[in-house]
Amino acid sequence: MAEINMAKSINMALFEAMEKDSRVVVLGQDVGIDEGVFRITEGLHAKFGDKRVFDTPLAESGIIGTSIGMAINGLLPVAEIQFAGFDYYAYQQLESHAARFRNRTRGRVTVPMVMRAPSGAGIRALEHHSESREAIYCHTPGLKVVMPSGPRNARALMHAAINDPDPVIYYEPKALYRLFKEEVPDEIEVMPIGKAQVVRPGSDITIISYGATMRPCLEAAELLMEEDGVKAEVIDLLSLMPLDTETFVNSVAKTGRAVVVHEGPRACGVAAEVVSRINENVFLYLEAPVIRLTGYDVPVPYFSKEKFYIPDTDKVVEACRKTLRF
Amino acid sequence: MPRKELEFDYTVETLSIVDEEGNVDKALEPKLSDKELLDMFRWMLYSRRVDERQLNLQRQGRIGTFPQSTGHEAIGLGSVFAIEKSDWFVPAYRELVCFLYRGWPLERLLLYWAGFEEGAVPPEGVNDLPICVPVASQLLHASGIGMANNIKGENKVVLTYFGDGSSSEGDFHEGINFAAVFNAPVIFVCENNQFAISEPLHKQTRTKTIAQKAVGYGVPGVRVDGNDVLAVYVATKEAIERARKGEGPTLLDCLTYRYTPHTTADDPKKYRSDEEAQKWAKREPLIRFAKYLEKKGLLNDEKRQKMETEIDEEIKEAVKKMETLAKSKELMEPLAMFDFLYADVPVHLEVQKHELAESLGRGDEVSTKSNPQRSIAGTAKRGG
Ligand SMILES: Cc1ncc(C[n+]2csc(CCOP(=O)(O)OP(=O)(O)O)c2C)c(N)n1
Repeated sequence: MAEINMAKSINMALFEAMEKDSRVVVLGQDVGIDEGVFRITEGLHAKFGDKRVFDTPLAESGIIGTSIGMAINGLLPVAEIQFAGFDYYAYQQLESHAARFRNRTRGRVTVPMVMRAPSGAGIRALEHHSESREAIYCHTPGLKVVMPSGPRNARALMHAAINDPDPVIYYEPKALYRLFKEEVPDEIEVMPIGKAQVVRPGSDITIISYGATMRPCLEAAELLMEEDGVKAEVIDLLSLMPLDTETFVNSVAKTGRAVVVHEGPRACGVAAEVVSRINENVFLYLEAPVIRLTGYDVPVPYFSKEKFYIPDTDKVVEACRKTLRF
Repeated sequence: MPRKELEFDYTVETLSIVDEEGNVDKALEPKLSDKELLDMFRWMLYSRRVDERQLNLQRQGRIGTFPQSTGHEAIGLGSVFAIEKSDWFVPAYRELVCFLYRGWPLERLLLYWAGFEEGAVPPEGVNDLPICVPVASQLLHASGIGMANNIKGENKVVLTYFGDGSSSEGDFHEGINFAAVFNAPVIFVCENNQFAISEPLHKQTRTKTIAQKAVGYGVPGVRVDGNDVLAVYVATKEAIERARKGEGPTLLDCLTYRYTPHTTADDPKKYRSDEEAQKWAKREPLIRFAKYLEKKGLLNDEKRQKMETEIDEEIKEAVKKMETLAKSKELMEPLAMFDFLYADVPVHLEVQKHELAESLGRGDEVSTKSNPQRSIAGTAKRGG
C-alpha cells in the first residue's frame, strides 16, 4: 500500500501496463524527455526508450490517426493529448475511424487504443485549457469514455482502458492531479468499464456525479448529514459510456430524489442522459423532479472568474435542499 | 518511359542584413529614417521590458501563466512595422511587440494574462484579431481574411504568425494551401525559435528549413535571420509588395531561438543545454540592433537609459491601471459570462444567468421573464 496522488497513480498504471505487455506504447507531445507537461509520463522514457515512449510532431489529428494505425497493426497505443481542449483536431479521426472500424469490418479490424487528456477547469489556465467536453465523446457511437475521481480508481480505470479491446477516451480531471492522496494497493487493480460505484450509502436523496465534482458532492453529503440530518447516497459514475444505469436507477428508486452534478455544459450533457434514464426507468418512484447542477452553456470564463462557473459544494447543497423541499 | 528529372524554378532565399557586430550590408539596408530606426528600437525595448515585468508579476501571482517573448522582438516588430494600420494582424500568442505596436493598450494585454476576456478585445481602428491559443488554427482565418479581401476588391494584406511546432498541424498546411490556391495576400510569418515546448525542430520536421515547405504549395519561401529586425522588415516589405500586386502569399521562416522557457509553467532544464542557450544569447536581437544604431551614431548608453526610464514609467502606470480595472465591479462581474455568447441572449442562458445570480444572492438583479423552465423544482405543482 502506498499513499499517492492521481498524477502518480496514472503514471504508475502506465508503468505497470508497459511492463506487463510489450505492445503498450505511449506517444504524444512532450511525453518523452520532458515527461509530459503535467509529468504524467515521468520515468517512462528513461525506462522503456524511444521505441515505446515517443514524442510526436505537434499534430493531434496525426497523433490519433497514427495511433489508430498502430492499434490496427497489433500495438496498444496510449496517446496523450496535451489538453482536452485540443483534441477536437483529432475528433475527425475518432469519429470517422477509431469508433467505426470494428463495426465497419464486422469485427475484423479493431482499434484497441486509449486517448488520454487532462480535462476540466480549476487550475487557473488559459482559454481552451479548461473545458469539460466528455459529452461529445459519449455521443459518438463506438467510443468508451471514462473519468476517474481519485488516485485509486484512476489507476484501476487506466488498466481497464488499456486492456479494453475498443477505443477508450480517458479524461483526467487535472484539478485533481495533485489535490489529494489516497492509498493504492500493491497489486494491480482493474476496474470494469461500465460500472458505477456507490461511494457513500444513504436513503434520502441520490447525488450522482463523476470526475472533479465528486469532491464537492461528497462534501455536500457530509454537510447535509450534519446540518439537516439528511442521508445522501453518492454515486460516482466513473464510466460515462457505457453508463451504468442500474446502479443509479436502483438508488433513485430507493431515495426518490436525485441531483446530477458535472462540470461540463448542461445542454445535451451527461446529466441529461442520466435524467432521461431515471425518467424511463423509475419515474413513478420520484418524489421531486431531478435537478441538473452543471457548468453553464457558455465557455469556461477566463480564470479570474472560472470559480463562478464550476459547481461547488454550496451549489450542490442548495440543489439538494431544493429537491428535498419540493 | 525513361526516368527523367522534372525541373522547378524554386529556391529558398536567405536574408540577413545586420551581422552580430552591428555591421550592415549596405546594398540591402532599407531606407528608413533615423527617427524610424530609433522608433523600431524603442518598440523592441518596450516589449522586452514588458516581458520582464510580466514575469515579475507572474511570479508574484498578479497575473497567470504566459508565454515570454524575449528574443522574438525582431520578428514581431520587423514584420508589423512593414504593414499599414488598415492591414490585418492575425496573431498566435508570442507576438507581444506586435500588439503594442498596433496600439493595444498595455493594461488590456495585462488583463488578458490576468484572466479577463476584456483583454482580448481589439482596440478600435485596427484590423486585429486577439491571441489564438490552439496552434496553427489562426492561419486559416488569415487565409479567409485574405480571400475576402480579394472578393471585396480591397488591397489589404494579412500578416499572420505561428511557431515552428505549429507547422506540423494540418491547419498550417491547409492555411497556406488555401491562400496559395486563392492567391490570397497573406504573409505567413514563422517564428522559428526551434522549440515546441520540449521538442526540438527535428522532432517536427525532417526538412532543414520551414521556408522550403513553401515549394510544396507553389509560393515563395524565404529563410530570414529572425534576430535581425532589418532583415525581417525587408523580407516582409517584399512579400507585401508581391501581395499588393496580386501575386499571393509568402512564407517567411524567421530563425531565432527561444531564450526563455516556453511559458512560466515550463522548465527547459530538462530538455536543453546551457551551452546552446549561451551561444544564442550573443545573437540576441536587441543587442545586435543596438550595435548597428550605435555605429550609425543614433544610440548611446545615455539615450538608451533615458528610453528605459520612460518606458518603465509607462509600464508602471499600465500595471496600476490593470489592477484597478481588475478589481472594478464591471470587470469582476461574473454574470457577464452569459451576455456575449450570442447576439441576443437565448432563454436557456437567461435562465442560467438567473440561476447563478441566485446562488450569489443577487437573484433579484436579473430579470425573470416568464419562463416555464426557470426553476421547475421551485414552481411546478407536485403530482401534475
Ligand atoms: C492545437 C494545440 N495543441 C497543443 C497546444 C499546447 N501547446 C501550446 S504552445 C505549444 C508549442 C508550440 O510550439 P511552436 O508552434 O513552435 O510555437 P512556440 O510556442 O515555440 O512559439 C503547445 C504544444 C496548443 N496550444 N494547441
